[in-house]
Amino acid sequence: MTHHLDGNVLAGALSEVFTTDVTAARARCGGCGRMSPIAEAMVYTDAPGLVARCAGCDQVLATVVDAGDRLILSLAGLSAIELRR
Amino acid sequence: MSFATRGFSGRRRAPDDRLPPGQTLVQDWPVLSAGPTPHVDTADWEFTIRDETGDDHRWTWDELLALGAEDVTLDIHCVTHWSKLDMPWRGVSLDKLFENVESEHEFVMAHSYGGYTTNLPLEDLLDGKAWIATEAEGEPLDPEHGGPARLLVPHLYFWKSAKWIRGLTMMPSNDPGFWEQYGYHIYGDPWKEERYW
Amino acid sequence: MSAQPVAPLRRSRPRPAWHVASVVETRPETPTAARLILDVPTWPGSDAGSHVDLRLTAPDGYQASRSYSIASSTPAGRVVLAIDELPDGEVSPFLVRELRPGDKLELHGPLGAFFVWRPGESRRPVQLIGGGSGVVPLYAMAAAHGAGDDPSPFRLLYSVRTPADVFFADELAALAGQAFGLDLVYTREAPDGWPDAAGRLTRETLAARTIPAEQRPSVYVCGSTGFVEAVASWLQDLGHSATDIHTERYGGL
Repeated sequence: MTHHLDGNVLAGALSEVFTTDVTAARARCGGCGRMSPIAEAMVYTDAPGLVARCAGCDQVLATVVDAGDRLILSLAGLSAIELRR
Repeated sequence: MSFATRGFSGRRRAPDDRLPPGQTLVQDWPVLSAGPTPHVDTADWEFTIRDETGDDHRWTWDELLALGAEDVTLDIHCVTHWSKLDMPWRGVSLDKLFENVESEHEFVMAHSYGGYTTNLPLEDLLDGKAWIATEAEGEPLDPEHGGPARLLVPHLYFWKSAKWIRGLTMMPSNDPGFWEQYGYHIYGDPWKEERYW
Repeated sequence: MSAQPVAPLRRSRPRPAWHVASVVETRPETPTAARLILDVPTWPGSDAGSHVDLRLTAPDGYQASRSYSIASSTPAGRVVLAIDELPDGEVSPFLVRELRPGDKLELHGPLGAFFVWRPGESRRPVQLIGGGSGVVPLYAMAAAHGAGDDPSPFRLLYSVRTPADVFFADELAALAGQAFGLDLVYTREAPDGWPDAAGRLTRETLAARTIPAEQRPSVYVCGSTGFVEAVASWLQDLGHSATDIHTERYGGL
């Protein structure tokens, strides 16, 4: 019964980092090259942090750890992200 | 600006000297997972310890159990603030698995089916402090709780007790595993509240 | 290189912020869900389909936070949520059973720029597909459509267990008409005289009760993870382009 949600649920955490909402932004998976909106990533929330994985290949795209007074963000699995002006 | 919402208490928290700071006692067993749950049949399961010589020490499921499992009762502490006390487990002590492993390296990376990793000092796995667990609460471990077998290192936060364990690799330095790379503490002592970087 | 200014491509959205909400009213929505009407003086309004992170704090400082879709888009200062109680949940049972008028909550939002519908942005028809409480953001879209003069045809296919489990039943019935088609699929128990037997949504029903792919509808699908993934895959089989399908999975306790 491990279930995942999707990238829509990242909007709150990422709004602390980016000046615009990035869940609608397209990003490229550094593993398989798939390009899709962040909102379409698979997001595991029942974990010590939020873990976003590529819907195509399961590679970890991004993680968000809420450390209380800090937020620790990794975007290491993304090769690029498209931010609209 | 936070304020308390009337009537909300969340999970019960009772002060208890067996609970590390910031922990809450739970009766159920929450399932945490950072990815899809691997389903590994014991017929295909294999456990490997890899040292710097390149010689792999391998055990099949039956070979693991033939080393002799023991019953232990212990407390577990998850970094997401819950603890379970007096939990019965059954597993094979890592002392038995390391009996014939010669290594100069002092650190270990645990690897799981599904790709999860976590790092530990070797000394935290020896002297009766850690097991390859195959049963909990009298039942074989469900896949959602890490079955068929998980690492069990109860004196550290439970993310160190890697689910779906498939092997240990000796390392000369304490390189970070999955959560340790993404913000969690390199060691993770619950009594010192070593949660984050 | 010419230094032409870049034209803004979108209307700006309000920046997400923390807001204090007071409960105005809580009432049963279905046997397992409650509708919460919240007074949020600083709330700027939101695009239909967006969500909030709702945070509760216990007297000892313990906090729990969950994401919920907003069932309203206007007016500013007011937020409506409809929350289904999840068994063994930590937050939803409190919200559904314990919350009373005057209680205060914290909301972070409005959140989400992907699963939203904005009037006047496109003339394409819109197909909404909801499962269970996944209808909440879709209801917000249908209500925003009904309140404005956007000419795009709207249709909602709503999969629900029994007639008693329908969220916003009266409001949806009132919206239904020329510009908004409402199709219900009952999975466990249908009303007396209903033409179809109760049963799970199938690909055939989906094909028969939704705007066909040739009309290039924008499709919004919200429900449990299993529901969303089944429907999204059927939609692609039926010829809808993946880029036309917007999905949102709910869960969380």
